[in-house]
Amino acid sequence: MAGSNPNAKPMDLTLKVWRQKNRETAGQLVTYPMKGISPDMSFLEMLDVLNDDLSVRGEEPIAFDHDCREGICGMCSLFINGRAHGPERGTTTCQLHMRHFNDGDTITIEPWRAAAFPVHKDLVVDRSAFDRIQQAGGYISVNTGGVPDANEIPIPKIIADKAFDAATCIGCGACVAACKNASAILFVSAKVSQMSMLPQGKTERKTRVENMVAQMDIEGFGSCTNTGACAAECPVGISLENINMMRREFISAKATSENLA
Amino acid sequence: MGRKIVMSITGLFLCSFLVVHLIGNLQLFNNDGGEAFNIYSRFMGTNPIIRTMEFVLLAGFAFHIYDALVLTRRNKAARPIGYANNHPEQNSTWSSRNMGLLGTVILVFLIIHLWNFFVPARFGGLEGVVIDDVEYENLYLRVVESFQVWWYVAIYVVAMFALAYHLIHGFQSAFQTLGLDHKKYTPFIQMFGYAFSVIVCFGFAIIPLYFFFFFR
Ligand code: HEM
Ligand code: SF4
Ligand code: FES
Repeated sequence: MAGSNPNAKPMDLTLKVWRQKNRETAGQLVTYPMKGISPDMSFLEMLDVLNDDLSVRGEEPIAFDHDCREGICGMCSLFINGRAHGPERGTTTCQLHMRHFNDGDTITIEPWRAAAFPVHKDLVVDRSAFDRIQQAGGYISVNTGGVPDANEIPIPKIIADKAFDAATCIGCGACVAACKNASAILFVSAKVSQMSMLPQGKTERKTRVENMVAQMDIEGFGSCTNTGACAAECPVGISLENINMMRREFISAKATSENLA
Repeated sequence: MGRKIVMSITGLFLCSFLVVHLIGNLQLFNNDGGEAFNIYSRFMGTNPIIRTMEFVLLAGFAFHIYDALVLTRRNKAARPIGYANNHPEQNSTWSSRNMGLLGTVILVFLIIHLWNFFVPARFGGLEGVVIDDVEYENLYLRVVESFQVWWYVAIYVVAMFALAYHLIHGFQSAFQTLGLDHKKYTPFIQMFGYAFSVIVCFGFAIIPLYFFFFFR
């Protein structure tokens, strides 16, 4: 394999994987011994190998979410050995490599656990709650028309950088998975603050934060107790600052909003 | 989020109460056979402003505890199935994850504490003592007697550990809940909160220990 490490010895592992037929049935952890796993494999490639084996044996392959496999789409998930996206910080599961594990390790793989993220099948959870929160206000309404000149609206560099940092949230849900309360506040705050910081987003800032927070509660996410687990496990390093910014948005919106409903 | 804001405001209000309560209690260290403390205790029991604040304090506790219950239950319901393998210690502090447990320890302590000191002081049941020809209720005597009992002292010390850990997370958490964070001030708030929690709880815990070990 190109770029592979000649010293890397293949590893034998024991996987304990959550298997669940569908939403209605109860699941359980199933043990799979694995032999000869290259440390150069990504975690998902390792699961691909297992799934090939299972198919050959006529067993149902393990369902897990993935798409880009380069850390940008937010589709991959997996709670690996007690940590969202595995033991490495700042990494999505697709970017996690087997060299971070040792020969003989037992690896437990579970789906994100949250009432708002019901398990579809095996390791796949339904994250459409995030979509509904976005639909509640995570957008900017603009009139179509002539294309405005670039740089027409001045934005201070610091603000632009902060908004951009918040915009890097890939919507993976690791924050919810890691939080002891299954709170979605880091995700929601990234979406709220990113837009409310920029001039184009200020028009709708009050209704945005009110509606998105309301939807977050409707979806059944827990309430934040400031443990900081979300930011520690977020693969793209969304900062806790966003949460506090959203709280300021929320408090000032509630204090001044015309929307009394 | 509204409930959490109430928790943070009541939580900080309760912190301010702790300061007043501790300063008052320091009079127990006066070597005057409890004169200053008993006069202070009469003042606290009769002054109309203090009596009003007593109800505000009660309401503060009530809201804080009620919202704690509601939120803690909601948070439990948000994850009906837990993880078989979970390592939260690698991403958050123990106290931040156990505020409900720490709060419950404080609540149990509060009930014992109020039953032993507040109820007799407010509703009668204490012996009298004469200071400068005026009859006072001898709350000081009750304090001295109570703190001769080793397990009673132990309850206090354990409860103050719980309070300290509750506040080490809670103090700075309350500011975050209110959205009050800023690169300039947050490090100070965190440091202050830590020092506040340790000093105040140490101050409270030292009282029963003092009476147990040095006052027989
Ligand atoms: C003198 C007594 C107490 C003080 C000074 C105090 C103070 C605080 C503070 C400052 C917070 C942080 C609020 C926030 O993060 O927004 C807090 C949170 C909390 N308190 Fe208390 N509290 C006290 C008693 C209690 C009691 C008796 C209970 C429970 C029965 C309790 C349960 C909680 C819970 C569950 C939280 C939530 C933790 C969080 O969301 O971060 N507290 N408290
Ligand atoms: S805030 Fe981070 S952990 Fe949460 S959804 Fe966005 S990228 Fe994932
Ligand atoms: S598969 Fe796209 S981020 Fe992991």
